[in-house]
Amino acid sequence: MEHLDLNAIAELKDVMGEEFSILVETYLRDSAERLQQLKLALDENDAEGFGRTAHSFKGSCANVGARLLAEYCLTAEKMGRAGIIQDGAEIYQKIDTEFKAVDLTLRAYL
Amino acid sequence: MTESESLKILIADDNDSDRMILQSIVRKQGHRVITAADGYEAVELFRKESPQIVLLDALMPRKDGFEAAREIKALAGKELIPIIFLTSLTDAESLARCLEAGGDDFLSKPYNRIILKAKINAFNRMRLMHLTLQEQMELIAKNNEHLLREQEVAKTVFDNVAHMGCFQAKNIKYLLSPLSVFNGDVLLACQKPSGSMHVLLGDFTGHGLPAAIGAMPLAEIFYGMSNKGFSMTDVLREINQKLKQILPVGFFCCACMIDIDFVARDVQVWMGGLPDCLLVRSDGQVEPVKSSHLPLGVLPSERFAIDTCKFDWNRGDRLFMWSDGIIESRNTNGEMFGESRLLDIVQKNAMSETLFEQIHRGVLDFIGEGERDDDLTMVEVKMLEPDQLGLDEAHLNKSALVGPKNWSFSYELRGQTLKEFNPLPLMLHLTMEVPGLRSHSSFIYTVFAELFSNALDHGVLGLDSRLKKSPEGFAEYYAMRAERLETLSNDWVQFFIDHKPEGKGGVITIRVEDSGPGFDCSKYTRKNLENNTGFSGRGILLLMKMCEKVAFNDTGSAVEVEYHWVPEA
Repeated sequence: MEHLDLNAIAELKDVMGEEFSILVETYLRDSAERLQQLKLALDENDAEGFGRTAHSFKGSCANVGARLLAEYCLTAEKMGRAGIIQDGAEIYQKIDTEFKAVDLTLRAYL
Repeated sequence: MTESESLKILIADDNDSDRMILQSIVRKQGHRVITAADGYEAVELFRKESPQIVLLDALMPRKDGFEAAREIKALAGKELIPIIFLTSLTDAESLARCLEAGGDDFLSKPYNRIILKAKINAFNRMRLMHLTLQEQMELIAKNNEHLLREQEVAKTVFDNVAHMGCFQAKNIKYLLSPLSVFNGDVLLACQKPSGSMHVLLGDFTGHGLPAAIGAMPLAEIFYGMSNKGFSMTDVLREINQKLKQILPVGFFCCACMIDIDFVARDVQVWMGGLPDCLLVRSDGQVEPVKSSHLPLGVLPSERFAIDTCKFDWNRGDRLFMWSDGIIESRNTNGEMFGESRLLDIVQKNAMSETLFEQIHRGVLDFIGEGERDDDLTMVEVKMLEPDQLGLDEAHLNKSALVGPKNWSFSYELRGQTLKEFNPLPLMLHLTMEVPGLRSHSSFIYTVFAELFSNALDHGVLGLDSRLKKSPEGFAEYYAMRAERLETLSNDWVQFFIDHKPEGKGGVITIRVEDSGPGFDCSKYTRKNLENNTGFSGRGILLLMKMCEKVAFNDTGSAVEVEYHWVPEA
């Protein structure tokens, strides 16, 4: 799967116009924050916090067309909600890696 | 407001990039956007800015979307503020929570511009419909309140008129809803100066104000005339004429009126269009009294029949009258109570003192859980001794005690006035001011009418009543009458009326003279007239039978009658 849905990006550019770059920067900044929150929740074994952050992260990823990243977030959200995050580190790793790819790809559009 | 109009839309989402995207989409669709980063801010902004639609993220810090939705709905009150939840929550439980909190719909991430636009438009339509509905409901509520106020006023006015009656009399039991006048039912009772009693139960066609409108003049005439001692037939004639005059075609009043003479121990009944009344004798015999006339307000005066039935009425005898509400009461199966059930109860309890109450209970038991129309109108009138009625007798004969007794007046009508004006009511009114003479009003009216028609038709117009022997002649008579009335100019009819007291009563002399050539009145002896089977002279015979003296002048252009009267016991 592509890191970014190109149709979604084109649509966003159309909708946002000049504000597209601000949106991208906002998204990247927020996402970096979400990653930190995920890591923190994992360290503290806070399953609920892990799930809630993943849910929120998932929404914004979907909106910018980062579909694979959104899917990983959904998996993390489900784990968190089920209260089982013993294997959370693995999905966190996937999210972290995928985000770096999305970050790189998105910046290319700026 | 139209669908394409720019709306003020509140977007609340803690996720900055999501909020930016949504804001841009909504703005591009032509709406104004205000944004909040959490539920707390959202409620504050809603309070300050009164947006028309709210887009609310479910999970937010400080105050989540559920709580914010509840508070916004509470603030909106009766106004419809559509709330669309922004969520990628998909489990049924979470969606149900959104709805419970007052959410109207969902929008999931990633946002789809087309779906969002459709949703905003749909909810705006709903919002506008709700607004219209709200306005119409307020209008209806206002109109309804207005109508109730008007009815209250109308009812108060009617009650003031209708409750002048003598319903406290011990011989009357009745059932009447407080708002009966609006289902067309009217119950009136009045003791006459002579001590006898008039009771009238009426049922106007229709419901609501149209049914109530005729009740006012009906009650006015009933009390006005009964209090002055007019006879039942006079009262009915007047009511009929008034209702005929004022009510639109198709509106009338079914009625039963009775005149109870507590001294002579009889009751006179006039029945027009109501269900059969029942006369329940003290020995348990039950006799129906059937309607024999058209309702009041149907026939013009000249065709209105006032013949009545008279019944002996002894102590303890009762008369029951009712409108069709009793008979037409329905039970839960839609069956009507009907006359046979009613008759059955009456016959089984004819000797019971509480027959009235038993009928009422019988009807209520029958209706059960069925619809109560609230128009059960019923009255029981009982024959008691005059001193058992429990009425203050101070008002009795009061109006009969004042008024002139010793007077005369003359009244001359000339030319076209003879055609256009009927002098009889005015003259009768003046004459009836004599105390105690009221009970003779029917008779005196007949004398006036007879003399006036003789003077005008035969004296002035020169019409020959022998014409009236055949139907063709009858028509010719009236054609000639109409024709000759047009030519009146120097003609006249003069009344001279004189009253002198005599004992407790008096002597009334009525002299009527006309400008006609007169006629040979020598043949009008009582003996000749009694052998005469035709129409001619029939009126004169009537006068001769009823009056002490009937005399003509030499030319036959004047006639004088004398009538000695004594007051009713």
